[in-house]
Amino acid sequence: MAVRVIKDKCKGCTKCTKNCPFEAISMDGKLAVIGDNCTGCGACIEACPFGAIEKVEEEKKGVDISAYSGVWVFAEQRDGKIMPVVLELLGEGKKLAKEVGCELCAVLLGDGVEALAKELFAYGADKVYLADDKELATYRTDAYTKVIYQAIEEYKPEIVLLGATHIGRDLGPCLAVNCGTGLTADCTKLEIDPDDKKIKQTRPAFGGNLMATIVCPNHRPQMSTVRPGVMQKAEKDESKTGEIVKLNVQFAEGDIRTKVLEVVKTAGEMVSLTDAEIIVAGGMGLGNAEGFELLKKLADKLGGTIAASRAAVDAGWIEHSYQVGQTGTTVKPKIYFACGISGAIQHLAGMQNSDYIVAINKNDSAPIFEVADYGIVGDLYQVIPAILEELEK
Amino acid sequence: MKIIVCVKQVPDTNEVKIDPVKGTLIREGVPSILNPDDANALEAALKIKDENPGTTVSVISMGPPQANIMLRECLGMGADDAYLLSDRAFGGADTCATSTTIAAGIRKIGEYDIVFAGRQAIDGDTAQVGPQVAQRLGIPVVSYVQDVKLGDGKVTVQRQLEDGYEVIEVQTPCLLTCVKELNEPRYMSIYHIMDTAKKEIPAWNHVDVNLDPANCGLNASPTQVFRSFTPEPKGKGEMLSGSVSEMAAQLVSRFNEKHLI
Amino acid sequence: MKFTEQQELIRKLAREFAEKELTGEILDEVEETGVFPKEILEKMGKAGFFGIKIPRNLGGAGADTVSYVAVMEEIARVSAVASLYVSSPNSLSGGPLLLAGTEEQLEKYLRPVVTGEKILAFGLTEPGAGSDAGGMTTTAVEDGDYYVLNGRKTFITMAPLADFAVIYAKTAPERGSRGITAFIVDMKAEGVSCGKPEHKMGLVGCATSDIILENVRVHKSDMLGELNKGFTNAMKTLDVGRIGVAAQSIGVAQAALDEAIKYAKERKQFGRRIADFQAISFMIADMATKLQAAKHLVYDAARLKDENKPASKEASMAKYFAAETCNEICAKALQIHGGYGFIKDYKIERLYRDCRVFTIYEGTSQVQQMVIAGQLLKK
Repeated sequence: MAVRVIKDKCKGCTKCTKNCPFEAISMDGKLAVIGDNCTGCGACIEACPFGAIEKVEEEKKGVDISAYSGVWVFAEQRDGKIMPVVLELLGEGKKLAKEVGCELCAVLLGDGVEALAKELFAYGADKVYLADDKELATYRTDAYTKVIYQAIEEYKPEIVLLGATHIGRDLGPCLAVNCGTGLTADCTKLEIDPDDKKIKQTRPAFGGNLMATIVCPNHRPQMSTVRPGVMQKAEKDESKTGEIVKLNVQFAEGDIRTKVLEVVKTAGEMVSLTDAEIIVAGGMGLGNAEGFELLKKLADKLGGTIAASRAAVDAGWIEHSYQVGQTGTTVKPKIYFACGISGAIQHLAGMQNSDYIVAINKNDSAPIFEVADYGIVGDLYQVIPAILEELEK
Repeated sequence: MKIIVCVKQVPDTNEVKIDPVKGTLIREGVPSILNPDDANALEAALKIKDENPGTTVSVISMGPPQANIMLRECLGMGADDAYLLSDRAFGGADTCATSTTIAAGIRKIGEYDIVFAGRQAIDGDTAQVGPQVAQRLGIPVVSYVQDVKLGDGKVTVQRQLEDGYEVIEVQTPCLLTCVKELNEPRYMSIYHIMDTAKKEIPAWNHVDVNLDPANCGLNASPTQVFRSFTPEPKGKGEMLSGSVSEMAAQLVSRFNEKHLI
Repeated sequence: MKFTEQQELIRKLAREFAEKELTGEILDEVEETGVFPKEILEKMGKAGFFGIKIPRNLGGAGADTVSYVAVMEEIARVSAVASLYVSSPNSLSGGPLLLAGTEEQLEKYLRPVVTGEKILAFGLTEPGAGSDAGGMTTTAVEDGDYYVLNGRKTFITMAPLADFAVIYAKTAPERGSRGITAFIVDMKAEGVSCGKPEHKMGLVGCATSDIILENVRVHKSDMLGELNKGFTNAMKTLDVGRIGVAAQSIGVAQAALDEAIKYAKERKQFGRRIADFQAISFMIADMATKLQAAKHLVYDAARLKDENKPASKEASMAKYFAAETCNEICAKALQIHGGYGFIKDYKIERLYRDCRVFTIYEGTSQVQQMVIAGQLLKK
């Protein structure tokens, strides 16, 4: 197990047993005992009022970490467009690179994408590692993993960041296994420890109920996938330039084991939830799919977009691409209207960092009111028209 | 056909609450369930079995002995065999170490055509173990699968993207991670529950799967938890009051004060 | 109460099924139309609900009485009428066949009932013979290789939907209850008809009606069990059947208790939750305690049955106590709801109506008292 009980300090108060998310602690008389279920999450260490639980430091063999330098950002592009999350990664990456004292690089793969390097320089990359080949036109696991893995082996970056997109969450784990290193998923906060200059990666677990700060002390590179819509975008400076390093791209027969036969975009307007400044979201309280038409009126009036809780999506009232929450999109608008949304933690995980949260709900004890900046207890079918009327004035 | 499904028993994190006063996790009374995405994975395997008689579906899980009841549930849904990877040496594993162990377990089961896994578990939420197991087994992986069609020595799948999907062809053997849109998992049936009541679920330790303790569990985890904490509760907001039109007026004036609109 | 892994899994299955399939919307529609969705019945069949404790070799799921009670409890908690569809093949329809059926009869009649393909009704009660079942007047007269049945059965659950029925008729009227024989009757046979479905107080969605028999010819191969031994067959069937009603009762009672607790915590009067007033909290304490006692009686009787021990008295006690307690709990729960309990929008209104028949069918409370006393005061 990764934690141990300091027997002299344990007073048998049982707080740790009640707090353990994995039910891994039991009591042997008045002494807490850590069981096999322990995953080392450390929730018990926080909960113990007597400091009677400590982490077990394990000696682990790793690599010569001094040989690794540089912060790399995977510059994910689709159809020749850089994904918005890359700009956030460059923004965050620059901060990290500054604190560590190294350069910020972008890794760009595609077919005929060399021109995008300029954009990456403008957003702060000092170097762009470029792999331009027709086999890399669309993302395929084997192709991208091979190219980037070889680059990591050759150039040895200390930190590698990817956006936690559907692609990043596929590529990241495969790279990590090839490199024999650790990967932390879905990070919402990255910091450099001022003492040892190693990265501390904070991420939500347990459906958003628990935050964990993860470190990768003895293996390199330290890898993270970063949740889109959380970090600050980098500032654009068109005058900036940088160096392009061309990567070796060579594929043998059988290297790439999948074929992309077709790419289909779902019908309907593109929902850019992550960019929206104002979001009007609906949940079960709407009662039916038509409720979204009223929300759209308010969204349109304020120049924003609509969104939905998972429950409304599962009820078939609206498409999945509008879902906000732990398994949907994370948003950080100026104003988030939560209409008929109870405020379950899985939903909050996707919107709680909004600047201002307005909650409209008939139930005055709905948990959403605990995070709302402005709460209105009422029927949204009356309140929203009233708001629209006010806005007309 | 031989199909293997990776499954995990998880606390029902939809039911977990945070004590607003102490800021601690309330785990009491929260049931342990079969991870939802894994149920979709198992359903995909069982559908193939329905349509291709002679197919066997085996489920495998890394977990403590308590996970047995979840494996029995899988047998109750129609799986043919279940295996548990359980050993103190496996404990404290991050996704890297977990994938090593699960890959070793799959190798012990033997030949397979497809490995199904859920996209992610609702406690770890990483979505990493599926692709990592595939890498260790040396087989191709396609994640976020929302549709599966069998072919001859290959599978054609739909891979979900944020704004649509890709149609991908992949050779078998391969590993596919499944999302909830793939299917509607079936119920158990009392027939299956009773037929498998006496079926043994082998529990394998590191020796059974030929793993050196240095290569599993905490010992083989490049990442470690530095600390865990519950998210900060936000400060109290303002509850507006009055008639509907009064509250609407107050709200809009607040927005104007703060130059939000 | 300890349960095996299999019993826990079966309970889990029933609970998930009930919560997912028997939604408020669907149940309201059933109440409105009186029709229970066929798709849900098909799913129940697939899950093995119609032959829970019937052996595997007869097409059943091969589980036990405790599992049956668990399924009934979980389904009844969400919908009493749905649990009626589950109980019928497991007790009143399956019972007579399991007790006395030949191999051919089991293949022909039990197997399709267990899969849900066919429905079999239990035809004992008559307009003039309820508790006094032995006083029935339906007759069966021998005629060569056939028996000719004449008479009228009443309050027969699922009669309008049934493919077959076990009909008890007097083959030797002068011998009273010792002259009754059981027959398997094809509901489509000539001379068989159903009365109009009754307009019931509760359990709407499962049709109940008379069965009228006019010179119905039944082949001797469809005689169930031995001549003149039908009454014992019926009584033994009811013996087991009553555990099913007891299970329904604890399920519905649990639902009523849950509703009462929920309402008591939400409703505020005089500046406080009504749950904070002793008048209400003490009511709830009593309801919960009695329900717990009822649960123990039911599972105890089920366990005895599974151990093949005599359980007639225990099954009677369980049905008697559970049904009466359920009615008491539903009434109190409705009281706690105040005026809202009287409104159909609230769940308790249906629970109150549905449970009223629990103290009546499959042996009234008074008949149970007779059975229990009879066991204790034997000469």
